[in-house]
Amino acid sequence: MPLSLDTFRTLSTATRAGLVLLALLALLPLFMRDDPFLLALFARILIFAFASLSLNLILGYGGMVSFGHALYLGLGVYGAAILSFHGVDSGWLQLLTVLAACALVGLITGSIALRTSGISFIMITLAFAQMFYFLFVSLSQYGGDDGLRLKAGSSFGAARLTDGYTLYATAFLLLCAGLYGCHRVIHSRFGTVIRAARSNERRMRALGYPTFRYRLAAYVLSACLCGIAGMLYANLTQFASPSYMSWTTSGELIVMVMLGGLGSLFGPLFGALAMLLTEEALKALTQHWMVIFGPLIVIVVLASRQGICGFCDALDRRRRQHGATTLTGETKA
Amino acid sequence: MTYANPSAGRALLRRTALAAALLCGALGASLAQAQDPVKIGFIATMSGPGGALGQDQYDAFMLAIEQKGGKLGGVPVEVIREDDQLKPDVGVQAATKLLKSEHVPIITGVTFSNVMMAIHKPITDSQVFLIGSNAGPAPIAGKECSPFFFSTSWDNDMLHEAGGQLASDLGYKNMYVMAANYQAGRDAVSGFKRDYTGKVIDEVYTQVNQPDYSAEIAQLQAASPDAVYVFYPGGMGVNFVKQYRQAGLLGSLPLISVSTIDGSTLPALKSLAVGAITSAPYAPNLDNPQNKQFVQAFVKAYKRQPSMYAAQSYDAANLIDSALAKVKGDVGNKEALRAAFKEADFDSVRGAFKFDSNQFPDAPFYRVDVVEGSDGAELQASTPIKITTRANFAAQCNMK
Amino acid sequence: MSFTLFIIQTLNGLQLGVLLFLMAAGLTLVFGIMNFVNLAHGSMYMMGAFFAASLYNLTGSFLLAAVLLVPAMLALGLAVNWIALRKLYPRDHLDQVLATFGLILFFNELARMIWGPSPYYMEVPEFLIGAVNLFGVRYPAYRLLIIASGLLVALGCYVLIHRTRIGMLIRAGASNRNMVDVLGVNIALLNAMLFGLGAVLAGLAGLLAGPIMSVQAGMGEPILILTMVVIVIGGIGSIRGAFYASLIVGVVDTLGRTLLPSLLRSVLERSAADIAGPALASMMIYLLMAAILAVKPEGLFPVHKH
Repeated sequence: MPLSLDTFRTLSTATRAGLVLLALLALLPLFMRDDPFLLALFARILIFAFASLSLNLILGYGGMVSFGHALYLGLGVYGAAILSFHGVDSGWLQLLTVLAACALVGLITGSIALRTSGISFIMITLAFAQMFYFLFVSLSQYGGDDGLRLKAGSSFGAARLTDGYTLYATAFLLLCAGLYGCHRVIHSRFGTVIRAARSNERRMRALGYPTFRYRLAAYVLSACLCGIAGMLYANLTQFASPSYMSWTTSGELIVMVMLGGLGSLFGPLFGALAMLLTEEALKALTQHWMVIFGPLIVIVVLASRQGICGFCDALDRRRRQHGATTLTGETKA
Repeated sequence: MTYANPSAGRALLRRTALAAALLCGALGASLAQAQDPVKIGFIATMSGPGGALGQDQYDAFMLAIEQKGGKLGGVPVEVIREDDQLKPDVGVQAATKLLKSEHVPIITGVTFSNVMMAIHKPITDSQVFLIGSNAGPAPIAGKECSPFFFSTSWDNDMLHEAGGQLASDLGYKNMYVMAANYQAGRDAVSGFKRDYTGKVIDEVYTQVNQPDYSAEIAQLQAASPDAVYVFYPGGMGVNFVKQYRQAGLLGSLPLISVSTIDGSTLPALKSLAVGAITSAPYAPNLDNPQNKQFVQAFVKAYKRQPSMYAAQSYDAANLIDSALAKVKGDVGNKEALRAAFKEADFDSVRGAFKFDSNQFPDAPFYRVDVVEGSDGAELQASTPIKITTRANFAAQCNMK
Repeated sequence: MSFTLFIIQTLNGLQLGVLLFLMAAGLTLVFGIMNFVNLAHGSMYMMGAFFAASLYNLTGSFLLAAVLLVPAMLALGLAVNWIALRKLYPRDHLDQVLATFGLILFFNELARMIWGPSPYYMEVPEFLIGAVNLFGVRYPAYRLLIIASGLLVALGCYVLIHRTRIGMLIRAGASNRNMVDVLGVNIALLNAMLFGLGAVLAGLAGLLAGPIMSVQAGMGEPILILTMVVIVIGGIGSIRGAFYASLIVGVVDTLGRTLLPSLLRSVLERSAADIAGPALASMMIYLLMAAILAVKPEGLFPVHKH
């Protein structure tokens, strides 16, 4: 399909908004030269958008409510920090270790957790996250709950991720790659099986698909992606702490996915942006911002299942109705 | 250019404008800055379970500023408060904001060690002065010390060395030690053992925020020690002491504790804690003029007794006041400001105060008993504790 | 470990279990019959503790506080149900998890705003201070009260569920919700009453825990996690399962915490045991849950759904 403004117009509102937002985010560093704090804030948003994207794969598309996803964020953070502690700053080695760790842990915990469903699945994922939380708290040589400072940023050749611009660029490129990759995976055979298994698993099994294996693969993939986000987060805060794996962080990731719209491509980006900016705005307003934030989450849940993307889709539907009117020149009854 | 549907174009424009507005709003908020007063950053845990401590630190700091007419060292100051929510990453974000957006020359506060570990390096590397008024993890007192860091509290080990010294002074031959299973808890036990000359029958690490200690209390009763030493800050302390008394032990089996029964937890315990012995750097009845006026002013302003967190933060404010006065408000001259801080030429509520070579205080610790008082119970300091064996972090600190 | 100590520790485990049962009963009912994941249950426990503490400090009578607490918690439960949760019952678990997660944040901050960030004062009532001689073992009187009250509530729940008409409706609803609806029972009212009952049970747990634990914002979450482990082990929707599971969890957790460190010390060297011991002890109940779910994914006493 040739890239033209016409092509752009045929895309859904959500997709167009997402692409425009990406363009704005790409240009952001040019405006942030005088304010490294805002650059760091938006880098944080991008990192969490990527983490939410990984969760959206299994939660939004796959229907697996993992309440322990912050575990993989933590594994990514600690992977970078522990290797750095032992003098290994090579970004590639750290990345490899993080992927291996997340894949292993994801495989083991996933194969146990995915045997259950519903509330048990939620509880088991939460339980595993708690177990690792206690494990890292007890590791004194890596700081325990006092945390571990990142000795030096992960280096990829000449570039160091601790540099503000480098980190932002990496996070942005990773997010774009993630969005594109997600789009391809969802529309692939693998992705279709995952989505179908969400709506009716029994049917898929009857059709001969080993749904357990597909789900496990999706879970491990999601874990690895979240781990990468963790590695970036370690470079942003230059610190590792077990508190990164707390269940409240897992809850916040779920809120971001839901706020953006479950099972939508740009949802995680919208969700992360909306939630983190709202948090910042509320914090500036009052010390007791949680008393407003809590009900806001409740209202969001009550109001709309599909979040921001759902809102865009509703606009699309109304647009299509209007469109029908102007084309024929008559109003439809 | 014609659109098949004019409203689609408008919708797109609206969306773009909204996104741009959001981004601009965030930008604008940061650009608005006041010019003249000296800005002081204040990072503490203001929400969550540790919020009471951060609140004490903040209230005391603001009290000092109010007493001096909104100025420190004769210079008007503006305090920018940030809440770290007991999360190191939020602490880093707050520090980044204060350093990169607000360009503060001084930051103070910091309640918990994990946040301190996360923000110590970014702040001191930016050549901004960090006046810690509570957390004092071992690395920043020793190997990772920085000329830009001053503490008005203590290093974490010192708290427990004082406890161990007190236990030795009181003549207990066998002790049972308990703490929560986290870094501060483990440091507490090692600090205690450094100065306790008797025998530690057992050291038990319980789960952080564990609600029920009945099992552990039964175990310690069975072990029959001479006394028990615990370190349970915040809610854990309230839980433990309540259950210790409930088991009938408070009053029969001596309980020595540090940071467990203090200004922030005593209101929840009241007379339940009477009879407990603690070791602390501060108590409201310390007999010096600065403390007397501090306690009076604090009770009048906030209707509660000041805790050691408040006392340390009040000292920090007075330290900054003395330093700013010496440099006449010229915060740009870092060497002069550092020298001014080092002199510690202010009246501390703790009594005699000077800095060690690692810029941590060389100030007294006291035996503080929980006695009956107005509103149930109060903390009463008696004898000062002279710590014999120190971890001597100062020796590990290569600072002139 | 001596025999006396073992008895005491078992009693301690039972006491913890009974406290967990009070929490688990409410949660499993709400979850089993209304199919509603209620993370805000811990917040009900916290509000119960705060209400109880305030009432006790105001009136000076523990019994009066207990009596006044029941309508207070019922009102709170019904209010929360009406304002926030009513529309969520037919929705996905995910929506319920998120909405009640938002409620946790709200209630924690609300408690902080009303009662302050420091722990709040509540004492053990006069007539329950001291110890009682039980089979030659001295055990704190107040903790015996907890065990007694918990067992009483368990009995009350049994009578309610198995011997009354309402209980029959509840059991029917757990088994086949649609049928009950079709048979003309006002499901909305039943849901509201169930949620209210859950809130009352959680509030009672808060009342009993208040004197021996710290009453402060955020006290609900550690208990909530333990409670959720209990109901998953016991089987969702089953009061019987909740009862046995809470006792098992209470005893395993208590004995684990006390026996494991000394066990490890005999195997590993001291410093390693001191690190591994507490860490493993805190993981114990999660390992227990994983082990049980591996064998019986529906829990120990699952409700048979039609």
